[in-house]
Amino acid sequence: MADSQPIEKVSIVISKGSLEGVYPGLIMANGARAEGIEANLFFTFFGLDAIHNKRIDRIKVATVGNPGMHMATIVGALPGMSAIATKMMSSKMAKLDIPPVREFMEMISDTGAGLYGCQATVDMFGYTKDDFIPQVKDIITVGEFYDASAGGQIIFT
Amino acid sequence: MPTATLDGVDVAVNEEGFFENPEEWTEAMAAEIAKAEGIDKLTDRHWQVILFMRNEFKTKGAGPSVRALGKSSGVSVKELYELFPKGPAKTAAKIAGIPKPRGCV
Repeated sequence: MADSQPIEKVSIVISKGSLEGVYPGLIMANGARAEGIEANLFFTFFGLDAIHNKRIDRIKVATVGNPGMHMATIVGALPGMSAIATKMMSSKMAKLDIPPVREFMEMISDTGAGLYGCQATVDMFGYTKDDFIPQVKDIITVGEFYDASAGGQIIFT
Repeated sequence: MPTATLDGVDVAVNEEGFFENPEEWTEAMAAEIAKAEGIDKLTDRHWQVILFMRNEFKTKGAGPSVRALGKSSGVSVKELYELFPKGPAKTAAKIAGIPKPRGCV
């Protein structure tokens, strides 16, 4: 028999810094809140770019090593290719009313979801809390992340 | 098909409790639906959202997402979640007697 217990809480880990690595987690967190599900976002490794004040507006589509782009690697590697692909995808998303990353973060924070950075990778990259957008509640350890995730589902992206 | 009795009238609802026929909805039914959703008292701010939902449904055939509500209803995303903690678009649509909005963002 199917377990139909509704999901009440999710913790979503964003570990990649490409546009296609960042958006799914944001859409899932925002969608969770829209359903009344408690949500936390945890940014680690290159996912930190998505909350980094100087990098958040420069999140790009990966055109190399991304078979989904359906282009030859050598073409994807041409200068400006990633910028063109990003521009195309951003305009498609804007048509669907999906906001740019910075605006999306503000919105997600306004929904009551928690935004957190990963202590280990913040230390590794030599960042401090001041490097991040103000919506970031805290930089937390993996142990604190599990505490914050207690009783919910963890989704790694 | 399930029915709900609201303000003394039987109305058709789906399994999640959304109205099958939005034209069966009256303003007098809203408070009762809200109570079942955990909202004890509908304030003017709640009503601003509810009536906006009705109007969007009437003109566009579908209820707006939270983002669209935040941009156009005159109520910010933050306040929307304060008014409707269990999901603004979903809860307000239910109270407004319109189908659940299907947008992803």
